[in-house]
Amino acid sequence: MIDERIRGIIDRHRGRPEAAVQVLMEIQGLNRWLPREVLTEVSEKLGVPLSDIRHLATFYKTFSLSPPGRHEVHVCNGSSCRVRGAKGILDEVQNRLGIRSGETTADGRFTLEEGNCLGCCSLGPELIIDGEHFGRITPEQVDGLLKKYD
Amino acid sequence: MPRINTALELEETRSGILAGRDPRKTRIAVCAGASCEASANGTVICAFQEETKKRGLDVEIEIVATGCHGFCERGPQVVVYPEGVCYQRVCPGDVPEIFGETVLNKRIVRRLVYSDSEGEAVHLEEIPFYRKQQSLLLKNNRLIDPGKIEDYLAQGGYGALARALTEMRPEEVLEEIKLSKLRGRGGGGFPAGAKWETARRAPGEIKYVIVNGHEGEPGAFMDRALFMGNPHGVLEGLIIGGYAVGAREGFIYTRHDSPRLKATVERALAQAEEYGFLGKNILNSGFDFQAALHLDVGIFVSGESSALMKSIEGKTPEPRSKYVRTSVSGVWERPSCLNNVETWANVPLIIGKGAAWYNTIGTEGSKGTKLVSLSGNIANAGVVEVPLGTTLREIVYGLGGGAPGGRKIKAVHFGGPMGGSLPERLLDTPLDFDLLDGLGAPMGAGGLLIMDEEVCMVGMTRYFLEFLSGESCGKCVPCREGIRQMLKVLRAIEAGEGKEGDIATLEKLAWVTGKAALCALGKSAAAPLLSTLRYFREEYEAGIDKGKRPL
Repeated sequence: MIDERIRGIIDRHRGRPEAAVQVLMEIQGLNRWLPREVLTEVSEKLGVPLSDIRHLATFYKTFSLSPPGRHEVHVCNGSSCRVRGAKGILDEVQNRLGIRSGETTADGRFTLEEGNCLGCCSLGPELIIDGEHFGRITPEQVDGLLKKYD
Repeated sequence: MPRINTALELEETRSGILAGRDPRKTRIAVCAGASCEASANGTVICAFQEETKKRGLDVEIEIVATGCHGFCERGPQVVVYPEGVCYQRVCPGDVPEIFGETVLNKRIVRRLVYSDSEGEAVHLEEIPFYRKQQSLLLKNNRLIDPGKIEDYLAQGGYGALARALTEMRPEEVLEEIKLSKLRGRGGGGFPAGAKWETARRAPGEIKYVIVNGHEGEPGAFMDRALFMGNPHGVLEGLIIGGYAVGAREGFIYTRHDSPRLKATVERALAQAEEYGFLGKNILNSGFDFQAALHLDVGIFVSGESSALMKSIEGKTPEPRSKYVRTSVSGVWERPSCLNNVETWANVPLIIGKGAAWYNTIGTEGSKGTKLVSLSGNIANAGVVEVPLGTTLREIVYGLGGGAPGGRKIKAVHFGGPMGGSLPERLLDTPLDFDLLDGLGAPMGAGGLLIMDEEVCMVGMTRYFLEFLSGESCGKCVPCREGIRQMLKVLRAIEAGEGKEGDIATLEKLAWVTGKAALCALGKSAAAPLLSTLRYFREEYEAGIDKGKRPL
């Protein structure tokens, strides 16, 4: 069963193959991942072969083909954060959560990603949880920050 | 606001805006750049709004969320005009005091002003970080509200467009850009005038001009600072470019992951249309021009021109080989003239003040100013604007304040994953496209990463190659496999398990990838490797001969 809002996005671009990326982006933004039946629907309504839609959906890291955890944890892996100690932050998050980058905890609480640079380099190393930035952090602060999210 | 139909009406509108403004009015500019936004500047803005409301002064006092001021390290920054008193690392809790002291009683809150070993600086222009810059592009960031076209008009905005459309033929505009010797700020440093001319001469009725606002390089954040702070400056450049090239349509290509950038650009487009700077018969010149925003999903290679144009067509951003330039055959195989944000932003300056003036700034081969984003082990991370020709030492120490805690700087790295590293001893090199190219550290978009002595150069090289490996589109073998093979060798050396002949293998792989890859991403993938082999070879050798880790 496809959500009405997702259906709305698809319907707005019906018959416009050039809008494929745009549609996937909007759905990803709304739903945080792209279920299989949604991809099929996008393919049919926009008139783009499913193989092409899957090509797009797997090409970009932004698109997720499995449901993410309730909270998205990004450890910035930009060059500046890196030389300011991002590796130590990432190791600490991985240890605390028992998952590696790209994975979701078994209880569905967190998904961990190594994020690309968002241009806030003066705040590095940075941990971003659900879009909220925590700058200039140390490994010791990681546990306390994660505990705020359930 | 009525549509502006002539250059004269534009001048009258500008005078009207200025006449309606009281120069003594208090204006509080709160930086809303990426770093300040991430440091909860929003709460500071709210606190100012509440304070004005509480005191019933919301008409007398204007609070503006401006673009990036540049001094990210000490954000959120607040400048109180007309005096220009500058406060740094401001928290919501500081707001009542700023209000009571500075806004109402013109007194200074000492604890919030800039200070260093040489003393304190109350006004923005007195802070060494700003005093040492030549701010042609970024100065508007601190003065205007990016959401108000009137603010840009008040600073002389769209005057260059009026000049181009009403006093110059397209060929003359093109000639002026050629004379200015403006070079592309996105990475290659290709002469903008030559690119425009190719697009202008290319056959075809329909042509495009494109703003590349992708900025996918880690550590590069100057374009979004410029674009979010002064969107009309970039748009004005694009429209002028369209006129010179013979394009009636433009695309603005940028990142999807900043909702505020999207909102800023969309609003600027709507305002420009309302004022008649976009649409039919602009300023009664007979020239029609439209621009559309295209949001990118986010992969590094999308910033490559041919890949970017595929993306505009709604396809995956896989580059093609450029036997035919995109300025001849780009979007939908039509001539497409692409420049990055900063390049377009230079155009109104050149047309407004002339190529001769522009040529007084910079070096023989590199004219104008350049935005540089400072990141890594640097005391003053942020965005600076300096004339080309400024030495890297001045940028790193004079403006950047050196490494934090007085640590020694080992190397600087220009141009992100496709750039190169230079050792500290070469910091007297001037900022110049050709000189830096020759040293193996091309400027790229201007992201400068500073590394202190604790950084392992082999590890850093591996980091850049891992980044590129993840971002490679995978279409061509030299890039996809070449990077992977280089990484294998690098990981072994880093673990102290390198063997005789590894350096030669790396050099061979780098050569093949550089020669045979399809696009610039692959061709330059080995640049960090080659530069570190050139300047930090001993670290590689340590991981091979001595069987120990490089650092």
